[in-house]
Amino acid sequence: MAKAEQNPSDEQEVMKGTSAVAKGVMAADPDVVSAYPITPQTGVVEKLSELVADGQLDSEFIKVDSEFNAASTCIGASAAGARAFSATSSQGLKLMSEPLFTAAGMRLPIVMAVANRSLSAPLSIWADHTDAFAERDGGMLQFHAEDVQEAIDHVLMGFRVAEQVNLPVLSNFDGFILTHVQEPADIPSEEEVSEFLPPRDPEFTLDPSDPKTMGAFARPEHWTETRYAIQEAMMESKDVWAQTVQEFKEVFGRDYTEYNGMLDTYHGDADYLLVALGSICGTIRGVIDEYRAEGVDVGLVRPRVHRPFPTEELREALGDAEAVGVLTKEMSPGYESALAGEIKGTLYHAENQPPIKSFVIGMAGRDVNAPEIGTMIEETMEASAPMTFEEQESWPQLREEILNGGDQ
Amino acid sequence: MSSDLQDQDFTDEVEHGEELWNPGHRACAGCGPALAMKYITEAAGPNTIVTNATGCMEVVSTPFPESSWGTSYIHNIFENAASVAAGVEAAYQSFDRRDPDHLDVSDEDDLNIIAIGGDGATADIGFRALSGMMERGHDVTYIMYDNEAYMNTGVQRSSQTPLGASTTTSPAGTESIGNDTNKKDMASIAADHGVEYVATASISNPHDFKQKVEKALEIDGPKFLHVYSPCPVGWSYESSKTVELAELAVETGLFPVFEMENGEITNVNKISDRKPVREWLETQGRFKHLFEGEEGEETIEALQEWIDGRAEDLGLDA
Ligand SMILES: Cc1ncc(C[n+]2csc(CCOP(=O)(O)OP(=O)(O)O)c2C)c(N)n1
Ligand code: SF4
Repeated sequence: MAKAEQNPSDEQEVMKGTSAVAKGVMAADPDVVSAYPITPQTGVVEKLSELVADGQLDSEFIKVDSEFNAASTCIGASAAGARAFSATSSQGLKLMSEPLFTAAGMRLPIVMAVANRSLSAPLSIWADHTDAFAERDGGMLQFHAEDVQEAIDHVLMGFRVAEQVNLPVLSNFDGFILTHVQEPADIPSEEEVSEFLPPRDPEFTLDPSDPKTMGAFARPEHWTETRYAIQEAMMESKDVWAQTVQEFKEVFGRDYTEYNGMLDTYHGDADYLLVALGSICGTIRGVIDEYRAEGVDVGLVRPRVHRPFPTEELREALGDAEAVGVLTKEMSPGYESALAGEIKGTLYHAENQPPIKSFVIGMAGRDVNAPEIGTMIEETMEASAPMTFEEQESWPQLREEILNGGDQ
Repeated sequence: MSSDLQDQDFTDEVEHGEELWNPGHRACAGCGPALAMKYITEAAGPNTIVTNATGCMEVVSTPFPESSWGTSYIHNIFENAASVAAGVEAAYQSFDRRDPDHLDVSDEDDLNIIAIGGDGATADIGFRALSGMMERGHDVTYIMYDNEAYMNTGVQRSSQTPLGASTTTSPAGTESIGNDTNKKDMASIAADHGVEYVATASISNPHDFKQKVEKALEIDGPKFLHVYSPCPVGWSYESSKTVELAELAVETGLFPVFEMENGEITNVNKISDRKPVREWLETQGRFKHLFEGEEGEETIEALQEWIDGRAEDLGLDA
């Protein structure tokens, strides 16, 4: 379901995902933009540079030497009170990891668009969610967009939430699948957005007339509390997010309010439910339609927000299912897919605990086609507890012949 | 220390004293870098934002919830003081253009943005951040305080550690004379970035150092200062001798004091009767092994030769 259809009266533009996100950023009117090119994000930084060069975007654009310093300059700018934006992907996000964790600890509401991509090695430029999950524990809010419209809207809503709870945001959208697709999207104007997203009004800044020490050294008797404060802010951000999607709907007409904006479902009351993040959900919806036409009661639950984790919402959404299949483009070697593990954890104290199977798919851009999704639906339908560790996770796209040194 | 802390009531807000680098910080007795901080803040005054890299000066000055800093101050991580400063500067450029009333900064034009890092934070791990900040031309004064090693983590070598110094990662031993490289020339590297004003100074001459800080702050764009700041702990000497040893390093030519403007040397602190570096080496435990054998002698000679070469290039001798 293309979200833009929800508001057909608006004029839509057809443009590449990266350009569309850049224009969305322009509407948020950041004071400082600092980003470094990396495929498949590059289009975002190029478009932003162009908008600045043409005088359409009145931001300081810092032509940094690396993602490390993109994040670091955003930290300085944000601490000074600026609205700061960056964008990256994959190795770039890894290079930002150290400063980004501190942005959370220092409670700086930087928003970043992340064009999701696998992490080396082997080198790959294509989409999966390894990069986003590698930053999971830093204290950054994480959203996953299904289409370009959502990628734009998540940036705008991201600033609003970030600046209220003082945490950074990673706004994820799948590399190539969304960055390089041409989709019609409604790009809000700065005037429209200004009502929804007023200029940033931070409580503490690097203001020489009111000197503050930021980023101090904390010993064991104080540090825990800063981490707890991040946890509290994350939890509080759920309410803020709920209000934000509500107001967003009122201002822009696009409705992201299902499950307080945390989940998006498609036949969410079905017996068999698939769970997945991001763009693959478009394909999943199509396959669900086919199976439903044949009388199979299958549906989809798509977490829109991954941090804070939609715990209550997932309990509610998955609690009555006969079985759940988690289709995920990441995995935590030595354990299992992180998303599947998190969902299992979420249901641990729930009243009902449907059997959960996870499927590691779509790694580094490997195409996931409709028949494969069909097979995963069928395997999910066969799932029953208890399952051995081997039974609970599968890699349906694995090419055994490559492991055995065959076909290259 | 921690039991003391637990007895104290930290509910009050942090209060800054009259000074901009307040006493009560946790630096060791005789700390050279701590003197550098005092001089920097005295020269810069209150209309200043300091960004600081991880290292001794950050750790000793900001034990939460206390702070020695009377100026606005931010520490982020070890390797990005220059980038954080660049971000602060960009933010102020943006406010200035877009929304001059954004903050109640008394004199925005005269706002000083100073990035401070140790030799490790600057010449090693933070080098890329520094290079980018200088190359892009941010209006930031970068000050590297040089205590010739990573002191905060227990005296490991850096690219500013002199030849022959024994550190915990370049220990002297049967197969090692200690550190086997000469100091990286950060002033020239900064000048090669097109930085308009580059200078070196020593904490043994606060007047000269503070004048250089003031001069740097007057100039728009990136500036780089290298300030020599001995560390009694890492160098192993009596803590009362800090200023003396800083001066001796200048007098031997190990640390030449000069200014570079637009890439040219414009002012050199000339030395008459430059002392042999041996006199300076003898004062510190980290060079003790150099006086115990032939290899040590050779190392001292090699260091002297390197100093003589630089002295000639700079026209150091009066
Ligand atoms: C990425 C990273 N690597 C290593 C460290 C550990 N570390 C903290 S301070 C420091 C040395 C600082 O040395 P220098 O910049 O010379 O300052 P000094 O401590 O001598 O004042 C090191 C290695 C760190 N904090 N971050
Ligand atoms: S170890 Fe050296 S540089 Fe660090 S605080 Fe002590 S004297 Fe100063």
